[in-house]
Amino acid sequence: MAERISLLEAVEKKEALLEPGVYFMQGNIASAEAALIAGCRFYAGYPITPSNEIAEHMSRRLPQVGGVFIQFEDEIASIMALIGAAYGGVKSMTATSGPGFSLMQEGIGCAFMIEAPIVIVDVQRGGPSTGLPTLVGQGDIMQAKWGSHGDYEIVAYLPSSVQEMFDLTIEAFNAAWEYRVPVIVLTDQRVGQMIEKIEVPPYEEIKIVVRRKPEVPPEEYLPFDSRYLVPPMAAAGEGYRFHVTCLTHDDRGYPTTSHNISRKLVSRLVAKIRENEKVIGRYESYLADDAELIIIAYGITSRAARRAVKEARREGLKVGLFRPITAWPFPYWGLKEHVDRGAELLVVEINMGQIVRVIREYYNNITKIHFMPWAPGEVPRPSDILLKIKEVYPR
Amino acid sequence: MTKANPSIIIVPVKDRIPFNLKKVLKPVGKPIVQVEWCKGCGFCIEFCPIGVLEFSDSVNTWGYQYPRVKAGMEDSCVNCGMCERVCPELAIHVVEESSQSYKVEWIG
Amino acid sequence: MSSLRVTTIRSEEVKKLLRLERFPHIWCPGCGIGTVVKCYAEAVLKSGIPEEKHVVISGIGCAARAPGYLKLDGLHVLHGRPIPVAVGLKSVKPDLEVTVISGDGDILTIGGNHFIHAIRRNDDINVILINNFIYGMTGGQYGATTPLGAITTTSPYGFIEGSFNVPYLAAALGANFVARWTPLHTKELVDAILKMFKVDGFAIVEIVSPCLIYGEMNNLPPLEMLKLLRERVVIDHEADLSKIDIDLRDPKKPIVVGNFVNRVKPSYQTRYMEIIKKARGGK
Repeated sequence: MAERISLLEAVEKKEALLEPGVYFMQGNIASAEAALIAGCRFYAGYPITPSNEIAEHMSRRLPQVGGVFIQFEDEIASIMALIGAAYGGVKSMTATSGPGFSLMQEGIGCAFMIEAPIVIVDVQRGGPSTGLPTLVGQGDIMQAKWGSHGDYEIVAYLPSSVQEMFDLTIEAFNAAWEYRVPVIVLTDQRVGQMIEKIEVPPYEEIKIVVRRKPEVPPEEYLPFDSRYLVPPMAAAGEGYRFHVTCLTHDDRGYPTTSHNISRKLVSRLVAKIRENEKVIGRYESYLADDAELIIIAYGITSRAARRAVKEARREGLKVGLFRPITAWPFPYWGLKEHVDRGAELLVVEINMGQIVRVIREYYNNITKIHFMPWAPGEVPRPSDILLKIKEVYPR
Repeated sequence: MTKANPSIIIVPVKDRIPFNLKKVLKPVGKPIVQVEWCKGCGFCIEFCPIGVLEFSDSVNTWGYQYPRVKAGMEDSCVNCGMCERVCPELAIHVVEESSQSYKVEWIG
Repeated sequence: MSSLRVTTIRSEEVKKLLRLERFPHIWCPGCGIGTVVKCYAEAVLKSGIPEEKHVVISGIGCAARAPGYLKLDGLHVLHGRPIPVAVGLKSVKPDLEVTVISGDGDILTIGGNHFIHAIRRNDDINVILINNFIYGMTGGQYGATTPLGAITTTSPYGFIEGSFNVPYLAAALGANFVARWTPLHTKELVDAILKMFKVDGFAIVEIVSPCLIYGEMNNLPPLEMLKLLRERVVIDHEADLSKIDIDLRDPKKPIVVGNFVNRVKPSYQTRYMEIIKKARGGK
């Protein structure tokens, strides 16, 4: 059994990283500490509720581990600085919420185009626009996938507990540096600010992906070598003299207008994620194998939905839960066996309809898809969900 | 030294030949034009202190008229490198040729 | 007065720092950007800092195409955003010499906010701002440095806004090093860039290089533009910065150039090293 130690003790000891052990910790802080363990040594951000705990914690901890913290003038500068740090070979991260996430969209497109690995924690809050800064929302799901212009793919995780804030932040860094894409930890105000018990495993058990360096001498190095699905990445100052550009470019990184090269480039860039979707996409099922009705919920909503499923089972209703752990790529294949069996689906989310559209895309004419939108600001209670279950349960 | 031919020194008759005439040599350069890179802006022609360059009669494959050394002024370039300095295209540079001795032209 | 060395690097040597397979470059006949790139490459060769440690970052625009022709680590990122990328890179890799080469629209107009805050923080980056008084790449629209009354594609009846006096602005914000030169002053420009490399903190050189598109619309053909620069430029290192704004069309207004400001003030990155020491308990 791992040693129990308080977070305050660990931080006051000025130990470089959080020691393996059991802690009682807030979601945002867990994410920050996980980032440090994953190797993050640069944070650039702008204050926005409800993500400020991450920035404040990083401002205190990063210099302790020899990293750099800068609070920039806006979110646009923050995300561009992450790209600069990534090209210095350093793992970098920021934390924001809906309005700041909107400002970062052009930067996300840039990071995707020049294949710069960056991690963004989006602690979603009530929207639209300034909305409800201190209250929960889940309205950025579609924005994470489609917020920037052009064709691109990102990876987005949906933590539903403080332990997952820790684990999925480390996974986010791994996915970013494995596939050289921007990765989003799409959490929400409740999960970010709630305090729960977490366990930090021994470091040998934590998988950490590092930058894959070039294996050829500088004269032969191509920054976007299309012989690889994910090209090895040179960092600035190592003698590779790379040139990268956000314009459509060839393998050498030079801008081009050739349609042939544009086709090859865009195809490879989206293939990085699309060809690996079954490896990256994750989900969890609970009592779904014999369920007649499957609830689809994520983030904090999945906690309430799980309780609702238990209550429904107690009343004899065969209900199950399907919890996507990644929003993108969405693990649609995890539902197939249940849908083929004839199960109906009920999507519960704290927005006016986002993941439900993805479900409809795959299963609309195959089974009935019920929908329970919930306005931002509150988590639907298990009793609310149970009411809806009883309303739509297939007879 | 005249602008027309810098290797000639004009000396009035009542003066004497400079003592170091044999030792001091006039630097000579040869402007070399990278024809395909030239964009015909004319800066090298304008900024040559001697006036060694002029537009040639031909154009490169991009359609730009490129410079050439004026006929008869092959020895007049003094290798100052001004054309090289001012060209935005890196289309002209000067190579050093063997220096020449000055000639004296008496007047008066 | 800067020491003007007689021995200077000839263009054949400079070529080894350029991506020659991409020449002839895309800049218009007579555009000063080609000269600035040459001068920067010469400064890199003379700087005493290994070539691999130099990084060039740019945004979008004509001047921002410069890193594509330099055989150095280069990032060509979004419009208006090279400065934060440079700050992020320099903060994590302080041994690199990071230079932003971009234009007036990119750095001062859309990138204005990043400009003022990078100077306020005194980030240790160098900025080569090639001021062509217009948005050249997109076809000649006006920007933050277009002079009053100018005809541009989006001010066909004459420009009615004010324009920035770049050295005045940078000095007022507190930049450590502020200079202004033109593409004709190749020696002084190389010297100014060499000085910038030595500065710990924000250093900027503005280069007055009027765009030929702009000139065309305002009755200034390329060679006339260059002669105008040659005739009206005045070198004055002690100039009163509030009076050195530029109006290309007024024949009585001189264009004042020089190395105006050279302050010593530790950069954000240097000060942050102290923070790291403090956070680690003095280690």
